[in-house]
Amino acid sequence: MIRPMNKAFGALLALALGVGMLVATPVLAQSGPPRIVIGQGVIEPMPIAIPTFIDEGGAGEYAREISRVVIANLEGTGFFRNIGEEAHISRITSFDGGVAFEDWKAINAQVLVTGAVSVSGDRITVKFRAYDVFNGTTLEGAALQFAGTTQGWRRMAHKVADVIYSTITGEGAYFDSRVVFVSESGPKNARLKRLAVMDYDGANVAFLTDSNSIVLAPRFSPTGDRILYTSYETGFPRITLMDVATLRRQTLDEQPGTMTFAPRFSPDGGTVVFSLERGGNTDIYSLSLSSGQLTQLTNAPSIETAPSYSPDGSQIVFESDRTGSPQIYVMPASGGEGSRISAGEGRYGTPVWSPRGDYIAFTKQNAGRFHIGVMRTDGSEERLLTASFLDEGPTWAPNGRVLMFTRETAGADGQTSLWSVDITGRNLKQIPTNGPASDPAWSPLLP
Amino acid sequence: MTLAAKSLLLIAVLGLAACNNPDRYGVGAGGPGGVGGPGGAGGIDTTGLGDPNNPTSIAFFNQRVGDRVLFAVDQSTLSPEARSVLTAQAGWLNQNPGYAAIIEGHADEQGTREYNLALGARRAAAVQNFLISQGVAANRLRTISYGKERPIKVCSDEACWSQNRRSVTVLSAGAGV
Repeated sequence: MIRPMNKAFGALLALALGVGMLVATPVLAQSGPPRIVIGQGVIEPMPIAIPTFIDEGGAGEYAREISRVVIANLEGTGFFRNIGEEAHISRITSFDGGVAFEDWKAINAQVLVTGAVSVSGDRITVKFRAYDVFNGTTLEGAALQFAGTTQGWRRMAHKVADVIYSTITGEGAYFDSRVVFVSESGPKNARLKRLAVMDYDGANVAFLTDSNSIVLAPRFSPTGDRILYTSYETGFPRITLMDVATLRRQTLDEQPGTMTFAPRFSPDGGTVVFSLERGGNTDIYSLSLSSGQLTQLTNAPSIETAPSYSPDGSQIVFESDRTGSPQIYVMPASGGEGSRISAGEGRYGTPVWSPRGDYIAFTKQNAGRFHIGVMRTDGSEERLLTASFLDEGPTWAPNGRVLMFTRETAGADGQTSLWSVDITGRNLKQIPTNGPASDPAWSPLLP
Repeated sequence: MTLAAKSLLLIAVLGLAACNNPDRYGVGAGGPGGVGGPGGAGGIDTTGLGDPNNPTSIAFFNQRVGDRVLFAVDQSTLSPEARSVLTAQAGWLNQNPGYAAIIEGHADEQGTREYNLALGARRAAAVQNFLISQGVAANRLRTISYGKERPIKVCSDEACWSQNRRSVTVLSAGAGV
């Protein structure tokens, strides 16, 4: 919820103490910084004013486009509402000039973001400052400058929005991230699939493979430089490792007559955990990328698949149908039987451990519907966030507060699309993609 | 836990020979049974199907013997009907040693992608094991799972799902696979 300002003293003090800054003791009741606490039910979005960034030389369309992306990022969270420029009383004409805070108070903007963009050759510089309008001060930590190439202009907009989002919510950033997914085309019984990456908001799509063979369920490495996925390129499902920069790919091959799939990286990026099928039975194995050492982690006649490491690398959550229907289990990273954590009705699959370690997201199938849900790592506090004919395969935003997943519609003309939802169940929305898409996997926050 | 330590080879897949590729759905996938799947344009492979009235033809196997069996939800057990079809498949394969087969396992869309891959593999293995038990040489049979990736019926109710929970025995000329 958006807290009234007079209830945010503690947050202000904590923030101030945390960074060792001396801050004037609030005198008036309404003097804490604007603050949104996620997870407590939002009443309405925080009004914020983001006038078009100033062109400080050669910026042209970049100033407008960057402003637009910053606004879209913030409004896209559902926590902010941008006050359109037609309602503005003041104009920001100079980045370092004074701000007539009364004019922004008058339109009820709680936060004002000013920015400036300059371009020289292929270099672009973006600076911004976020103000606490009621106090007439700069929000702590929210006055920065980014410089890079014009090609990366969207990333700069994402970084600006990330700082504003993190400052006001206290949550980790996630806009400056990419999503690898499967781009789909063709009819349901002959779907063509190819790997693609995009910005988290669906922009900047680049294809990584052609559509000559089926590709499934990609995953980014912890540093975002490599991608694991399942490919039929050899004719059989095989876990495949791709270098993102060069697009060079290799099959992580084992024995003939087996099938390998569902690969994920360990948090240190050095190990791949995956499913290996032999003679109809599927178990979970790990493979060291440096030594090539293969280790069998589960040994049961049932299906064990969809493994996911805990962020500290000590445990693996996975899916098994050993009791007759798919359920979720947690085992040590060295292997073992595991303990069942899913306890509700229905079938559970595709568990993924939050990067913050606090939740496990999953797919649940019950009474003819599919759901995306989250539960604590011991299976408690299960909460279903979505419901549809077919929702599956959640992936975590780098801040562990937003999930993206695949939704597929029913029937002969059924199509896949990507959706995101907050872990509170709020802000369910479709990600704009150029055509059907499935199997999203979020990258870490970019450096 | 079993610790099957094994040194693995990282095999570059670039430039794989299409002729070893059993994926009849892939573009340019050739090899056994490549009868021009719905995968799209690209390398077209030709396999003679023959006359369904010729009992040694692939067409006869597909149409008269029956190339597929169906499964119950989440199951890989072979029904009496499935056993009957597979007994006939085994008989045909034993009388026509010049053919090998890829056994495809498929699942319906009611399940997650990776679970369905494992389920399809279980179904294909059940068929393979039955055919071997009926005297078909193991080196003539291979399995592959497509999970829910390649339904043959596209509606979203049991009428279609029951047809999609299947195994398909795809023949190719050649003594082994």
